[in-house]
Amino acid sequence: MNVKSLVTIKGIKDGLVFLLDDACELDELLDELEAKLARHEQQLAGPIVHIQIKLGSRQLTEEDKERIRSIIRKQGNFVVQSIESDPVPVGPADYSAYKVQTVTGMVRSGQTLEHEGHLLLLGDVNPGGTVRSTGDIYIMGALRGVAHAGCAGHTEAIITASLMKPTQLRIAEVISRPPDEWASSEPWMEYAYLQDGNMQIDKMAHLHHNRNRALQAKGV
Amino acid sequence: MGEAIVVTSGKGGVGKTTTSANVGTALALMGKKVCMIDTDIGLRNLDVVMGLENRIIYDLIDVAEGRCRLNQALVKDKRFDELYMLPAAQTKDKNDISPDQVRKIVEELKPDFDYVIIDCPAGIEQGFRNAIAGADHAIVVTTPENAAVRDADRVIGLLEKTSISQPRLVINRIRPNLLKSGDMLEVDDIIQVLAIDLIGIVPDDEDVIKAANQGEPTVMNPNSRAAMAYRNVARRILGETVPLMHLDEKAGVFKRMRKFLGMG
Repeated sequence: MNVKSLVTIKGIKDGLVFLLDDACELDELLDELEAKLARHEQQLAGPIVHIQIKLGSRQLTEEDKERIRSIIRKQGNFVVQSIESDPVPVGPADYSAYKVQTVTGMVRSGQTLEHEGHLLLLGDVNPGGTVRSTGDIYIMGALRGVAHAGCAGHTEAIITASLMKPTQLRIAEVISRPPDEWASSEPWMEYAYLQDGNMQIDKMAHLHHNRNRALQAKGV
Repeated sequence: MGEAIVVTSGKGGVGKTTTSANVGTALALMGKKVCMIDTDIGLRNLDVVMGLENRIIYDLIDVAEGRCRLNQALVKDKRFDELYMLPAAQTKDKNDISPDQVRKIVEELKPDFDYVIIDCPAGIEQGFRNAIAGADHAIVVTTPENAAVRDADRVIGLLEKTSISQPRLVINRIRPNLLKSGDMLEVDDIIQVLAIDLIGIVPDDEDVIKAANQGEPTVMNPNSRAAMAYRNVARRILGETVPLMHLDEKAGVFKRMRKFLGMG
């Protein structure tokens, strides 16, 4: 017998929530669900009860969902309201799997450049223009518009530009608005990153501390 | 075969019509055969600036819909034999003509003229699409203000998606005293953002307003600073290399003397 139950039933305001384990075999899960319902048959007779089913990270086909519904339907007064899975994470789970891709051109006012992975842009981003990337954004040129790195939710993304004069910077869900929140007038190249949910600006030379990557350079 | 140049800006009130009228007239002054087209249907102004309002019989829409022949609608200028204008309709709006119709009219004009100057309405909607339809080249007009530069940038982005060659920039209404005090965008800053070739800088000049109200393009007045600037633009269109004018050159003899004596 499992230590932890595969099926957890919780009462909410307008019915019941079934939390189904997402790590075990589906058949095992269905058996337990059936057993659990059979055991409670007496208590569960009565007025109509709405059921919400949460599958966790498990993704099911319509066929399998129908199997769950048919098990629950055996309890005459149960109505399945929804069967939900957690949203699928976008992009590679491992951020380091992203590749750098080079794009040449200017992003002018009213234009949006969207990109998957790390973006190396050779050109300017003008005020009113937007670059959006699921990975890092490196701009060899002036950033005067909006840059949104890690737009699928990666908080380790960074933004850097030869000339850092953005209207707005965004990393994952965090939005920062210079110069109210930070101003850059340093002569060296800088990058923006997230630290504890806040946008920070630092010298490019400090990036490797942040990422804990030592360079294996040749030489004595 | 002549070339068609559209004068556009995105933002209104930066001097598209003034630039069209003056560059067109300057080209005519240099002996070229020029036709100006006003595509600002419903809000036509070019005829007023040129002082030709009372000579209009047919307009652009009449030509497009076949109510008259093209050369019946052309208004001949009162100063130059080789300068013509095709006026916009005042009673219709931008949706009453299509880009294809404008393209056809421009193509019909090009063999007969050295330059066809197309005055574009403000905005980036139908009127803009009509105006750029037949153009080979573009001149983008902006003023040293953030809003105007932003809109110019937007328009350049749209122009770059068409077959029109890389647009060239006119920076209009520069006030040298504001430039000096640092309260106005620098010419260099504007060029750095827009990243296109500069074809002229035009100082703000009261003569332009006076001239426009009299229906006389400023370029006709050789004493005006703006006139010199517009003539320079025309010369650059013809392919000459003309250095940019110095904006604070206007200091008179007296002022220069004071400066010399260390009083200015």
